[in-house]
Amino acid sequence: MPDTHFYRYDDYDRSLIAERVEQFRDQVRRRLAGELTEEQFKPLRLTNGLYLQLHAYMLRIAIPYGTLSSRQLRKLADIARRFDRGYGHFTTRQNLQLNWIKLEDAPDALAALAEVDMHAIQTSGNLIRNVTADHFAGAAVDEIEDPRIWCEIIRQWSTFHPEFSFLPRKFKIAITGSPNDRAAVRVHDVGLRLWRNDQDDVGFEVIVGGGLGRTPLIGKTLREFLPKEELLAYLEATLRVYNRYGRRDNLYKSRIKILVHEVGVEKVREEVEAEFAAIKDGALKLAPETIEAIARQFAPPPLRPKRTRVPEVEALKLEDRDFALWLISNTAPHRVPGHAIVTASLKPAGAPPGDASAVQMEGIADIADRYSQGEIRVSHEQNLVLPHVAIEDLPAVYKALRRLGFAEANVGKITDIIACPGLDYCALANARSIPVAQRISLHFAELARQHDIGDLKIKISGCINACGHHHVGHIGILGVDKNGVELYQISLGGDVDFGKTTLGTILGPAVAADKVVEAVDALVATYLETRRTGERFVDTYRRIGAQPFKDRVYGAV
Amino acid sequence: MALYREGAIEPVADEGPVPVAFAEWLKDGKAPAVSLANTDPVEALQPHLGGLSLIVLHFPKFSDGRAYSQARLLRERFGYRGELRATGGVLRDQLPFLLRCGFDSFESEQTGFGEALASARTLFSVVYQPTGDGRATASQLRLQRRNVRLAAD
Repeated sequence: MPDTHFYRYDDYDRSLIAERVEQFRDQVRRRLAGELTEEQFKPLRLTNGLYLQLHAYMLRIAIPYGTLSSRQLRKLADIARRFDRGYGHFTTRQNLQLNWIKLEDAPDALAALAEVDMHAIQTSGNLIRNVTADHFAGAAVDEIEDPRIWCEIIRQWSTFHPEFSFLPRKFKIAITGSPNDRAAVRVHDVGLRLWRNDQDDVGFEVIVGGGLGRTPLIGKTLREFLPKEELLAYLEATLRVYNRYGRRDNLYKSRIKILVHEVGVEKVREEVEAEFAAIKDGALKLAPETIEAIARQFAPPPLRPKRTRVPEVEALKLEDRDFALWLISNTAPHRVPGHAIVTASLKPAGAPPGDASAVQMEGIADIADRYSQGEIRVSHEQNLVLPHVAIEDLPAVYKALRRLGFAEANVGKITDIIACPGLDYCALANARSIPVAQRISLHFAELARQHDIGDLKIKISGCINACGHHHVGHIGILGVDKNGVELYQISLGGDVDFGKTTLGTILGPAVAADKVVEAVDALVATYLETRRTGERFVDTYRRIGAQPFKDRVYGAV
Repeated sequence: MALYREGAIEPVADEGPVPVAFAEWLKDGKAPAVSLANTDPVEALQPHLGGLSLIVLHFPKFSDGRAYSQARLLRERFGYRGELRATGGVLRDQLPFLLRCGFDSFESEQTGFGEALASARTLFSVVYQPTGDGRATASQLRLQRRNVRLAAD
């Protein structure tokens, strides 16, 4: 098994996780013995990732910055088999959810996770959640600096933060190290964008108050350029201002985006900067040695440049059309010549988006060991990524993925759908999401057609909490409940990629569940008939506006 | 309501001065004990901290964490050294956080609170955040280790 090329726990990190498991074991014991009421137990289990869902407990496991070793992925498979029904669900926040955990098993499941330096800490609750990053980090051509170094620094600072464990509401941070933002930093409570200024210094743009949910808002710049060593002091200042002044009177108005929206970013900035000035030269200032020690652990794997044009690859392209399409949609350029970043699609035709069985997880772990330096990433689009694959190995990787059912050539295409768990699992949902995704996926399964339609992101949420990010889908689909009937509201023109964050606009009245596919079909037909060369669906929409789409959809359904 | 302090498993007697409400205290800033709502500005206490021996901070619900920030500001920014008491929604599982933020007395009716208090500082052997409790953080310990290693080489 190759060495890992990301942060490795030391004895400090391990002790803390082990002690946490024992603390939770005692809390579960007290709950089962009736010493704790459900109300008292709830925040304790939530900060350990344990939710009570519609049918059972759900365990949300943190995958910090979406990076996994093959060993960790095998352990996740093992846990899914031992404590669940043999599969798991990768989420839009780069986490893994197990949907059928028993309360009395939860401490053992956490102990098993701790064996591979993993946990479910802070995957829920009103605190700083698992920090997310670009899933191409450390491999992307356009990267200025690996954002995971900073995710890890924040992971440590935020873990069991004594002051910020009972915030007004949850707090999500995302970091990108590339100008082409793949981490959706403008729709997070705090987004951090690494950039290089005129003096050739790399620092952060700090963005605050973005978010989806009931009140979708695009984040505003709090600080144009923050020197890297001041990151934790600045975050502490921001969180302190939020903890003191964020609203707590209404669950739906408690995120920092509402504070920013109501008092204005200027006022928030004034408070944060004043707080920051008081603490910036204190113990939170990062020592260069501390940054270096963590950065060193993210040193890229020692890949040697290789051939970029490989005869076997060229031959297979001509012979196997699906492979040729897969190369186009499921591979991305790697910074080392002769290598590629491969996305394994967890969206085969008709499957629930983001699900993987234990066997599939182990299969991916094997492929990663053999062809991708033992490393796997989880993308916020609910796919798995093999970040370091040699171009000459692409035929073998493709075949291995195909055996697992994860070689669908649909990344970024109409069937690469993001969907929340929806009413099938979630206690909050108003409508089902997964069956809608499955029907669209089956309807558009033909790969050549998908590639003809081109880049088109469909995002589905089963309620206005927007876990399926429907606001930023090129086509967004939101499940609503009208007098006990599940209806779906369609919005167009959302976008979250490459820094052009835009929220979608509602097209018209919600449609019935059995009309969603026809509606999407009508949208696609409108696009295909009116597009200009090189235009994506969302580009055509921006050019011609909603009306032609509207006419077609409501004429058709 | 039972009052707990570190060093005793059993509740202790409340023999200190009776705290006055913040609005009352503000009139002359002379009372030795004050009780704050979690929306009251701790900054207003700063000029008078020398005359205070007890500050009571309130948790309307255990899930409302504003008083943690008030506590750290009092201890770390303004240098308050008197008693800092947590009241209201104070549960044993919050103790590691409360202690790290500088609280040193607690009102609670929860069973097992005194036992939990006795072990709360050692429940976690590692901390990641620097706070006024002075515990060395993991990254400070790593730096020390590194320096020892470099010195040995």
